[in-house]
Amino acid sequence: MNTEKRLVYMDHAATTATRPEVAAAMVPFMTSTFGNPSSLYDLAKVSRTAMDGAREEVAVALGADPEEIFFTSGGTESDNWAIKGIAFAKKAQGTHIITSVIEHHAVSHTCEWLKKQGFSVTYIPVDCFGMVDPADVEAAITPETILITVMMANNEVGTIQPIAEIGAIALKHGVLFHTDAVQAVGHIPVDVRAQNIDLLSLSSHKFHGPKGVGALYIRSGVELDSLIHGGAQERGQRAGTENVSGIVGMGLALSLAVKGMPENALRITALRKRLTEGLLAIPKTYLNGHPEKRLPNNVNVVFAFIEGESILLMLNRRGISASTGSACSSRSSEPSHVLTACGVPLEVVHGSLRLTLGEETTEADVSYTIDAVKEVVQRLRDMSPLTPPELRSQP
Amino acid sequence: MYNEKVMDYFEHPRNQGAIEDADGIGEVGNPECGDTTKIYLKVEHDVITDVKFQTFGCAAAVASSSMATELIKGKTLKEAWDLSNSAVADALDGLPPKKLHCSLIAEGAIHAAINDYRTKRGLEAWKEKKESHAEH
Repeated sequence: MNTEKRLVYMDHAATTATRPEVAAAMVPFMTSTFGNPSSLYDLAKVSRTAMDGAREEVAVALGADPEEIFFTSGGTESDNWAIKGIAFAKKAQGTHIITSVIEHHAVSHTCEWLKKQGFSVTYIPVDCFGMVDPADVEAAITPETILITVMMANNEVGTIQPIAEIGAIALKHGVLFHTDAVQAVGHIPVDVRAQNIDLLSLSSHKFHGPKGVGALYIRSGVELDSLIHGGAQERGQRAGTENVSGIVGMGLALSLAVKGMPENALRITALRKRLTEGLLAIPKTYLNGHPEKRLPNNVNVVFAFIEGESILLMLNRRGISASTGSACSSRSSEPSHVLTACGVPLEVVHGSLRLTLGEETTEADVSYTIDAVKEVVQRLRDMSPLTPPELRSQP
Repeated sequence: MYNEKVMDYFEHPRNQGAIEDADGIGEVGNPECGDTTKIYLKVEHDVITDVKFQTFGCAAAVASSSMATELIKGKTLKEAWDLSNSAVADALDGLPPKKLHCSLIAEGAIHAAINDYRTKRGLEAWKEKKESHAEH
């Protein structure tokens, strides 16, 4: 392997690097002031105080009160807790849940599991841009409906959902509203009051915090069953000794992300537009997701006549880390449920590429990536029996 | 996920391309994951003198198609017909279990190309064995 290979990380929707200053702030809570926040001595008080600070930082980022923030092990636990917790707390009132067809598996598989427990689930479709129509959500509400759960921004195609509109509908009908905001928090403005959100999931490692820690915002007054039983941590709602260093890291990472958001969003959006234009200049290439209402850092395209895994492996050899919705990994492999829901035709759905930019992405990285993708697409098209002669380098 | 030999055949596929005046052409699509492979044969006196392939699919599909063309070049049509997908996977020093099915497509495309050659010459097409190699 070429050791001078350039490394370009284009998969920030999968995870991000923990900021060095965040990692540094975490260390003392593992090595010196390591006390269990539930203990009574001074050493433990340092941990408690630090956790309070982090809770405040997360609350400020969401426009919530600190008492409404509950720390978890990450986005998946937050989604599971919100949905199962509400379902079981409210099942005497109704057993109907509304969600969308493009949710992350942490939400959709949780809903599928609840169906086996006797709940019913309505899946709201999306348009070709991956957008939910709030009117469809309203039309799906029945007297049995106890929860609406629609993601704030999609992890694959980046489309930002009309969350405030859905929140207003939920409020009007007296139905609780949860949003999986794992891809949104730290990247686009969030205001749980203005958007009428009752429950919100977030994950630290998506905004340059550590992995294994997240939070669930629960609007005060909303009651839900616990998922994890044991000690009285998190006001008796979520048992288990707190991940103090992780929580401290998440708090700092989120406050830094919010502080840098206006500048970063502008710069990254400009890079995204350049990258998108560069890729769409390749013939028979199409953009997935909404052209404007999308996360600043998300580019998702499909290339006709080639397959996603091949694209990724060839990009990897050129030092580029990327992602695809295609997963030919098992006998029953299916294309991405998100791309399928957006109506991406079967003959191109296998050739998707997701590139998600970050703060450290440079103009040079974008230029390098455009050139590498062009080269890889041409190589694979030359190899494919589906490519028409005019798109081959040697017809 | 893949060993270096698979990656080598994926990145530097042997016998990739088309043969303009092929004597037999076979194309097979795998409905399970959307892979498609096309095999082109040149045949003289029942021996495969040249072979090329084109593949749409994952690295396992590309590498096994390429390896299969190497294994049948210079062989008789009967020998080529009897090449199994597991022999192709073995020649690649193995494929991940979940990817074994991707090597079936090369076997299928070779069979289709051989039968295309045979039927063009008024010969009877060979029949697939009842026990297919699909089980793995």
